[in-house]
Amino acid sequence: MQQLYNSSNNNFPQSWDEVLALQLNDEENVLAWIETDLDSQLHFSKGIVIVTNQRLLTKMYANEVWQSWCYRQGLLLTQRDYAGIGCLELLDAHSQLMSWRYRVRSDRAVNRLIESFAQQLDCHLAGELSQAADTVVQCPNCGAIMPNGQNDCPVCEKQSHAPPPTWTLLRLWRFAKPYKGRLLIGFLLTLCSTAATLVPPYLTMPLMDNVLIPYQNGQPINNELVALYLSGLLGASILAWILGWARTYMLALVSERIGADLRTTTYEHLLNLSQEYFGGKRTGDLMARIGAETDRINLFLSLHLLDFATDVIMIAMTAMILISINPSLALVTLVPLPIIAWLIHLVRDRLRIGFEKVDRIWAEVNNVLADTIPGIRVIKAFAQEKRESARFYAANQRNLQINDRVNKLWSLFTPTVTLLTEVGLLIVWIFGIWQISKDEITVGVLTAFLAYIGRFYIRLDSMSRIVSITQKAAAGTKRIFDILDHISSVPESANPVHLATVQGQIELRNVGFRYGTRRITSDINLVIKPGEMIGLVGHSGSGKSTLVNLICRFYDVSEGTILIDGHDIRSLPIAEYRKHIGLVLQEPFLFYGTIAENIAYGKPDATPSEIVSAARAAHAHEFILRLPHGYDSLVGERGQALSGGERQRISIARALLINPRILILDEATSSVDTTTEKDIQEALDNLVRGRTTIAIAHRLSTLREANRLIVLDRGSIVEIGNHAELMAREGFYYRLYQAQVRNVDTEDRGFVPIAEHSVAGEHK
Amino acid sequence: MSQLVTFQLTRNAFGRLVFNNQLGLMQEGVIPVRSFPITHPDQGIALVDPHGKELAWIERLTDLQDDYRILIEAELKGREFMPEIKRLCKVSSFITPSTWEVETDRGEAAFILKGEEDIRRLTTSSLMITDSQGIHFLIRDRMSLDRYSRKLLDHFL
Repeated sequence: MQQLYNSSNNNFPQSWDEVLALQLNDEENVLAWIETDLDSQLHFSKGIVIVTNQRLLTKMYANEVWQSWCYRQGLLLTQRDYAGIGCLELLDAHSQLMSWRYRVRSDRAVNRLIESFAQQLDCHLAGELSQAADTVVQCPNCGAIMPNGQNDCPVCEKQSHAPPPTWTLLRLWRFAKPYKGRLLIGFLLTLCSTAATLVPPYLTMPLMDNVLIPYQNGQPINNELVALYLSGLLGASILAWILGWARTYMLALVSERIGADLRTTTYEHLLNLSQEYFGGKRTGDLMARIGAETDRINLFLSLHLLDFATDVIMIAMTAMILISINPSLALVTLVPLPIIAWLIHLVRDRLRIGFEKVDRIWAEVNNVLADTIPGIRVIKAFAQEKRESARFYAANQRNLQINDRVNKLWSLFTPTVTLLTEVGLLIVWIFGIWQISKDEITVGVLTAFLAYIGRFYIRLDSMSRIVSITQKAAAGTKRIFDILDHISSVPESANPVHLATVQGQIELRNVGFRYGTRRITSDINLVIKPGEMIGLVGHSGSGKSTLVNLICRFYDVSEGTILIDGHDIRSLPIAEYRKHIGLVLQEPFLFYGTIAENIAYGKPDATPSEIVSAARAAHAHEFILRLPHGYDSLVGERGQALSGGERQRISIARALLINPRILILDEATSSVDTTTEKDIQEALDNLVRGRTTIAIAHRLSTLREANRLIVLDRGSIVEIGNHAELMAREGFYYRLYQAQVRNVDTEDRGFVPIAEHSVAGEHK
Repeated sequence: MSQLVTFQLTRNAFGRLVFNNQLGLMQEGVIPVRSFPITHPDQGIALVDPHGKELAWIERLTDLQDDYRILIEAELKGREFMPEIKRLCKVSSFITPSTWEVETDRGEAAFILKGEEDIRRLTTSSLMITDSQGIHFLIRDRMSLDRYSRKLLDHFL
């Protein structure tokens, strides 16, 4: 019974299964386990910690004995982690009993271990029978909890960092499908054009045997025959030229379209992913994926794959022709082929590593540039031009070194291929002459063979490249499909509810949010009336921004619901819902374009008068008029330089123009000085009027206007009330406010000890 | 700069360091932190409380009296985890991501290298490799590795 439980239900790791079976008592069930991979001295060594319905069991791999602790009063199992190393501790009231160390892989498995331990402990202390074990299945590999009814562990799968198999490329078929007609035409053209190129060598055979050899033997040249053969030669060449052009053009057209589709589909998909996805990714990486990777795939399809297909077709056709002319000579001709191909592949492989190195070192040279050019002010201010140019010189020097080494091999490559080709030809010559001497073949046949073989030995080089290029393209395809396979964590509702108008009542019911394993907010209940202004207050990290992100539905709640006018926001179409929300952020983002375009970003069809009145209300009208091109001045990257306050007012005008029912101000005034803040505050007052407003502000003084202040601490609401009420209560808000008033004069002093430290450090 | 020790350090039954200073401040669970863990490991060690507030600064570990030094060293040993790679046994593929099987000063281990950019050059011969879980592996001197390891490593540099 227990055996069955261990191995089948809980997916216990094989290596521990047998030794554990001997340890377990009757009716003892494994409830949760983790495999640890470090010992107390942080050396790599496997161990296991198991919670059963009777006790806590543990064993290190190197250790023969099992240790166990039965449930008793005061036991506590806790964990903490630091820099990727977790520490699990078993404590009682007096001391530490045991500790385990492990590389953090799955928080959930550890949390589950601790939870089931605590649960069992409670049961035992209360004298109850332990509850029936829930049927959670852990992954035998990493210990993570597996989703119901699945055999593959999501954690392992995400981490299975095996290089993508080549068949990943087949997934590109999804994008190739719309073009299958043209692809088929392209393939037929390839066949025909390859066949056409094979005609001229074939014609050398009769030309030799029927014209030249008889002439040498004293017969006159047959002019008609010569004209026939030569025109055939010319005709075949011209046909091959036309077909080759049509084929290359057709396939390049298709592959370019596949590439473009791939790029736009990926970008479109990316824009619809949730904020959470962007939080965990580097901008440069995503840009590289959509830009460079699609280009690489494109190149692979249009150039390398095409060449390879042509080569394969050519070799197959040539082989057929050769065998049809003379099987034994064909055999001798074709046998060295794989050997030569293998030799070329060997050299290629070496070269590939070298070229990859060159690529990387080239990136390093670029990095030096990318580092220094934006930081030029700092370099000049500290007079470090010499050092930076030395750094660049060093990078270049390394570049030279590696290039020299690669070139040593590279310069050898082409002569080697030529030599191998010559050797192959030599073998054909030897065997051919021998056969001619036996009168088995004619001179023409040998000539034709030599003409054919010379062609495809040269192609062997480009064919040997296909392996590494395919691998690279497969890697690129995988990276693209990583994005495409990602499902937004904020899904669109299946049966969306359309709200024509919104009153602006927001209700939060038992709202909780977890980010990964970390609990950010929990159990928040709040009703915001239409037109009310709410201030969110609390230390940084108390969950203010999280709450705003949840209300905007940048993330979905983990527990509870958020309702707008009584409808769950998850049931509304996302884009439609967000149209009702105006958002003003701490760092206003202006796109490259005119000021008018930036103001009208949320409503592209706004009339000029609408734009002007929004700008007026945002107190931006006057400074815009002072710019040389007024509302048509360019802003954003490389545009007109605007101050922080001016940008902020443009972003307020942007929010005003869409006339939202709900307004969210996330630290809208904290990046500007106090005088500018006053200007912005006036603009904001216009904006707030009559709308449901949620404001986050670091400076508490800016929230005096709020109807209610919500004080948050560690993800829960601790106080609600207006400024006067909360001050009178002398609670959390009071302390926060006092600390801020005091801060004004302590801020400067705080720097002194740090300065002293660094000076002491330098002079030592 | 000679170090005047103005605090007391003990280890309690829970295995935590307990810090007492002249002002009567007592703090359980203090953590020693190296300021320059790679370049100057023995210079500049701070004792911080569990919230990260600095309680004391130790200029050099060798300036401390032996029992404190041993306490701190033991604590550091249990916290710091930067295995030093002594040998590369196997690399699953030269295209990242690839799984590396290595011998370190802390025994044999396997880790996943996500991309070549996770190999950071510290000096000309020493490298730091960050695995997919954010754990750092150090190669102190790649020239002193054996030939085979150097060859494997070379593919990624």
